[in-house]
Amino acid sequence: MDATLTGTQASSVIATAHKPTGRISDPIFVALLWASGIFVLILLGLIIAMLFEGGLPALKEFGISFLWSTSWNPVTERFGAGVMVSGTLFSAVIAVIVALPLSFGIAFFLTEIAPGPLRRPIGVAVQLLAAIPSIIYGMWGFFIVVPLMAAYVQPPLIELLSPIPFIGALFQGPPLGAGMLTAGLILALMILPFITAMFVEVLESVPPMIKESAYGVGATTYEVYRNVSVPYGRAAMVGAVMLGLGRALGETMAVTFVIGNATRMSASLFAPGATIASTIANEFPEASQGSLKLQALLELGFILFVISFIVLALSRLLVRSKLKG
Amino acid sequence: MKLTHILGAALSLSLTLPGAAFAADINGAGASFPAPVYQAWAAAYKEKTGTGLNYQSIGSGGGQNQIVNRTVDFGASDAPMKDDKLVEANLLQFPTVIGSVVAIFNLDGVDSLVLSGPVLADIYQGKITKWNDAKIAELNKGAKLPDQAIVPVYRSDSSGTSFVFTSYLAAASGDWKSNVGAASSVQWPTGAGAKGNEGIAGTVKNTKGALGYVEFVYAAANKLSAADLVNKAGKVVKPETKAFVEAAAAADWKGAKNFAASMIDTAGPGAWPITSATYILLPKNPTNAAQSADVIKFFNWAYTAEGDAIAEKLHYIPLPDAVVTDIKKAWSAEVKADGKAVWTN
Repeated sequence: MDATLTGTQASSVIATAHKPTGRISDPIFVALLWASGIFVLILLGLIIAMLFEGGLPALKEFGISFLWSTSWNPVTERFGAGVMVSGTLFSAVIAVIVALPLSFGIAFFLTEIAPGPLRRPIGVAVQLLAAIPSIIYGMWGFFIVVPLMAAYVQPPLIELLSPIPFIGALFQGPPLGAGMLTAGLILALMILPFITAMFVEVLESVPPMIKESAYGVGATTYEVYRNVSVPYGRAAMVGAVMLGLGRALGETMAVTFVIGNATRMSASLFAPGATIASTIANEFPEASQGSLKLQALLELGFILFVISFIVLALSRLLVRSKLKG
Repeated sequence: MKLTHILGAALSLSLTLPGAAFAADINGAGASFPAPVYQAWAAAYKEKTGTGLNYQSIGSGGGQNQIVNRTVDFGASDAPMKDDKLVEANLLQFPTVIGSVVAIFNLDGVDSLVLSGPVLADIYQGKITKWNDAKIAELNKGAKLPDQAIVPVYRSDSSGTSFVFTSYLAAASGDWKSNVGAASSVQWPTGAGAKGNEGIAGTVKNTKGALGYVEFVYAAANKLSAADLVNKAGKVVKPETKAFVEAAAAADWKGAKNFAASMIDTAGPGAWPITSATYILLPKNPTNAAQSADVIKFFNWAYTAEGDAIAEKLHYIPLPDAVVTDIKKAWSAEVKADGKAVWTN
């Protein structure tokens, strides 16, 4: 309530107050602000237009089935985005599934449980995770995580779970180490700090009075968390997850190192796959101008753009409807 | 395509700008496989003549794009450019050095291994899946091959090395030729992709039972164990300089158009079957004659004994002398500014 009050007051002040002088500098400043705002729109528009125009010949060649066709054969020039689109979504969803509970845990620990002296080091450590360049995540994943997965994680899982019907299909194949699951795990680490940071913000913004009242009526820590803190910040939390998802969708270098780069469809979590971003990173340097391959790559870029746009739009929609509710 | 052109031009401009500051320097871009020798040549040449060379190792496709757009003085490509494309872009193509691709493996208790083209093609198609398969055992009589899954590893980034390797598989196996084909990146029927030579070497080192392919230059520098191959003459050859030189000598240079002589699976009795030259693309109608002459002077020097020694030290194979003579003839006959040859022997 307080915030809205100040808001109205502020706007009324602006509306009634005598505008200070500075007749020349003011319009220039305003024009510059307009220019900065419009600049982003134009830039974004140009990028979309370029991707679309560049990819149009590929779309014309393969039709709308480009979206789900699983062929990616540079020799016969039959291209389709099916493997990459599903790989992009699959790896990003794994990342969110892994990162979400961890982020919740870290954020709640930091805001509620952690003793003062521990709060800062952990907070800084989480922020530092975000500062590590993605190529470092990729190299770390390639040299450390992939061999560990191949030696200790995948063999027992394959032995244990692959005979089970249905679920077993997720755990087929030789223990390569690299693959969809490893890519998802690395992505989870990469989006973890972003989601956590926003969760911390949200949890800190829960008015202490409400929480204290809950504790006062005898609620346990978990109950306060479950029934007060989370519902209070749910809208912003959905937004945080969506932003993390958006980042996971477009990640390039780290994924290229650990996903195994196979343009084949596979149900298995351990099978090598590809994402849109990793395919572009792999194939772009060798795609010659005017070739169908380059056009297909540009079309892939356009599809990634559209997917990211849908995710962001969806998050705005979810946040808005939750706010109204 | 207009917008992509503009973006491409802007990109290439930003790549070549550092070079533009020193007008006398030569700018080249392309294949990563010969990059070490080009850079070593450049350093020695600069010391000798004062003319520097900026070589951007951006991949063969990138090299072709940039020289077609004329944003560099020369382009470099591992795979020869198609004849009609060379005519269309008005480019002269000539080879510089020869390199080979070897198959590396990680197998406990096995130090030396013999493989053949058809067997490699079957492995990379998923038709041979175990190391103790009868076809591999037949080539390695007496060796203790484990009952272990083969993990084929390939280059995930599109690369000239993959082009050479898949060309070999296509030459050695009709099955591979019709099902997969040869290109700088193909739809691999099985296995996992790793980025760059380092990626393949790392994956093979980390994965028991893995099989991969890298340039010999890279395998030699990192002391990776490479398999012997059965060549077209039916002889088992070791991956060593002698066999690469023989492959270069056995190639049909006279009959090749635009110097694109195939050294893949040649008939020489001691020839290494996965051997290929790497190429330079030079405009036949340079706008800056002096700059173009500088490029030719540079490569002319690279073909001298001095240049050859540098290449050999880095495990590349110099071209046969007769080929170099033909290249020099092509330079003076075909690279012209205003109807005048920019360089004469």
